[in-house]
Amino acid sequence: MAEAAKDLSTEKVTLDNLDPEEVKARIMAKYPPKVARKRSKQFVINKVGEDGKTPVINANVRTVPGLMGQRGCCYAGCKGVVLGPTRDIINITHGPIGCGFYSWLTRRNQTDPESTPDGHNFMTYCFSTDMQDEEIIFGGEKKLKQAIQEAYDNFKPKAIAVFSTCPVGLIGDDVHSVCREMKEKLGINVFGFSCEGYKGVSQSAGHHIANNGIFKHVVGLDDTIKEGKYRINLLGEYNIGGDAFEIERIFDKCGITQVATYSGNSSIDAFANSHTADLNCIMCHRSINYVAEMMETKFGVPWIKVNFIGAHATAKSLRKIAQYFGEQELIDKVEEVIAEELPEVEAACAEVRPRTEGKRAMLFVGGSRAHHYQELFGELGMKTLSAGYEFGHRDDYEGRKVLPDIKVDADSRNIEELTIEKDPERFNPRISEERKAELEKAGFAFNDYDGMMPEMPDGAMVIDDLSQWETDQLIKIFKPDLFCAGIKEKYTVQKHGIPLKQLHSYDYGGPYAGFKGAINFYHEIDRMVNSRVWEYMKAPWDKNPELAATYACD
Amino acid sequence: MRKIAIYGKGGIGKSTTTQNTVAGLSEMGKKIMVVGCDPKADSTRLLLGGLAQRTVLDTLREEGEDVELEDVRKVGYAGTLCTESGGPEPGVGCAGRGIITSINLLEQLGAYADSEELDYAFYDVLGDVVCGGFAMPIREGKAQEIYIVVSGEMMAMYAANNISKGIVKFAEAGGVRLGGLICNSRNVDNEREMIEAFAAKLGTQMIHFVPRDNMVQRAEINRKTVIEFDPGHSQADEYRTLARKIDANEMRVIPSPLEIEELEKLLIDYGIAA
Repeated sequence: MAEAAKDLSTEKVTLDNLDPEEVKARIMAKYPPKVARKRSKQFVINKVGEDGKTPVINANVRTVPGLMGQRGCCYAGCKGVVLGPTRDIINITHGPIGCGFYSWLTRRNQTDPESTPDGHNFMTYCFSTDMQDEEIIFGGEKKLKQAIQEAYDNFKPKAIAVFSTCPVGLIGDDVHSVCREMKEKLGINVFGFSCEGYKGVSQSAGHHIANNGIFKHVVGLDDTIKEGKYRINLLGEYNIGGDAFEIERIFDKCGITQVATYSGNSSIDAFANSHTADLNCIMCHRSINYVAEMMETKFGVPWIKVNFIGAHATAKSLRKIAQYFGEQELIDKVEEVIAEELPEVEAACAEVRPRTEGKRAMLFVGGSRAHHYQELFGELGMKTLSAGYEFGHRDDYEGRKVLPDIKVDADSRNIEELTIEKDPERFNPRISEERKAELEKAGFAFNDYDGMMPEMPDGAMVIDDLSQWETDQLIKIFKPDLFCAGIKEKYTVQKHGIPLKQLHSYDYGGPYAGFKGAINFYHEIDRMVNSRVWEYMKAPWDKNPELAATYACD
Repeated sequence: MRKIAIYGKGGIGKSTTTQNTVAGLSEMGKKIMVVGCDPKADSTRLLLGGLAQRTVLDTLREEGEDVELEDVRKVGYAGTLCTESGGPEPGVGCAGRGIITSINLLEQLGAYADSEELDYAFYDVLGDVVCGGFAMPIREGKAQEIYIVVSGEMMAMYAANNISKGIVKFAEAGGVRLGGLICNSRNVDNEREMIEAFAAKLGTQMIHFVPRDNMVQRAEINRKTVIEFDPGHSQADEYRTLARKIDANEMRVIPSPLEIEELEKLLIDYGIAA
């Protein structure tokens, strides 16, 4: 044992023929000592040990003031990410107009209003109380009531949700009492979120608040059991570029019934009914695990981690669902679907792969995406040199095994933690203890997520809450073939002559999930990493100057 | 024009003292504007003979953008110009933001313009400077001179000391100075000596000691300043004296606030121990 460990430690780990520790030191050197100390803990060279143990990474901590980061705010996480994609709730932003406008459909969430009988779709509208000086001074509750009334009168929705922006928290408007009053008055579901932008260290706080609100005000309102033998919820899938449509297509083909999706292509009725499903499948662990945990405690629905990004990951996830239900009929059907779908995917991959093999990518996005998309790059023979999350927590990096060791700081304590108890009537464990034990013995993991780091190679750089300085340096040092982040990073990265794929909004593309999505992604990445357009980044006179000189001051 | 802000603990008599002093200055022929900076909007009641004033913020709310100076400024006793900033009811909105908005509006409407030929502008500010909004009157370009109304009671002195800390901050950034303490007597033992000693420690002066007199209450219930209600009364002369002293005052300092132990020692030396 000791012998082996010694061998490992003397062996020099390299990343793209460079010494990652040396690269890290070089990037940190520019920071003042205190900042360097803090960033060093969030900038980790991966090393996977026994049982998938990885180095500790500091995450979900405040961004150092002055460092330009990627993060969004609490309101963005609550309204923009988790509840934005639900088509038939009127989402009213209580605040100045900018917050509502800039969180309106920027994530390219798609929806299909035809799939609910009333055909309601309010996502194409932007609702805001448009707070003015007057409401700041005299309080905005009256205007909020008026906005709720107006929204109701014009659209007769089934539900209205209210989202608090920063000034609402500062002046102390009681959105929850307004919502209660209007709920009483209108006879529809009206609920509010105290998701003021300044709460927490990133949008992650907003996800948690959204989970709490949905669970408190919606989940469990409708006990009707939907028809279907294998009934599941898909959690943390937001139907960006139509991802959820592709996953739904595959589920349909397999005979798996989706009770609810949180929250891509979703409706409030499905949320209300979602506790009747027999399994929760989590895609984005960071944004939605809270609802899954609460649903299990209250109603007895177990959850598993799935990933439909990547053709083989999709196949693996389908098999996992089939294994859970344990019915031969489903297991066979899933195999049949995989056998039917995979050849086309593999053919597309084989065609593209010679041009993508060995290309190097960096991914800094989300709280799960930076992990999931490594699957697709793997299929293309591409290497992920460095990856990190904007708003992930330690468990998203190192796996849920570190949960007991995570220090709960004041910023996290600021976010309400609901106390959930077993529902006396409706709690119903979906599988027996024996069956669960049997599955676990066979290596089936319930309520678990191993995180990103155990699946990354030794020497890869795992960086939490990446800063602009670090971005620039990584690009200069490694010159990766592709950088994946969001709109805020896109053009600064492209100015270095490196293509950037947005993995929040997918630029103009998608879907990338499931089998058909994988094919789309292969073609998109092929196009991006092999484009010759980047050769033209340098002006001709920069490349071949007619006259050369140096500055006297050099 | 001299711009003067009056601060002090809640209930200490800021509004009463301000209005009586303003009445005294008006008698001297000065042209004065009083800006009430309290959401309760009761800073000009005695000058106007009642709470008849439409506040700046109410007017702004009702009239929208189309507000004239005359809509928010009323003429009171002896030609004094009275405005009330107003604000939300207790427990809602942001009163501090209201003060900022209303002072900005008064400036834009030209209330302080040279053409108004004002000798004085008085800001009467809510007791505790709870947030940035209530410090608006002493920010750069606004009041340059502050008087703190205080009595010999511990909490009043504590508040005065705290306000002095605020003045230090704004003095460095803006140029506001402390003009002195006005002792509004509560008949505490050794009150005059204690406040004089307190003022000395702060590096300022007790500009006047206003004795306690029921005439003030009587005038107040009649919605008048003492000077208007009973011009011959000795209390009216006290306010006239205060007005004259302020008019003649040239002492403007950056105060040196006391450490809490020092303040308590002062109270013991002059109050409890005596």
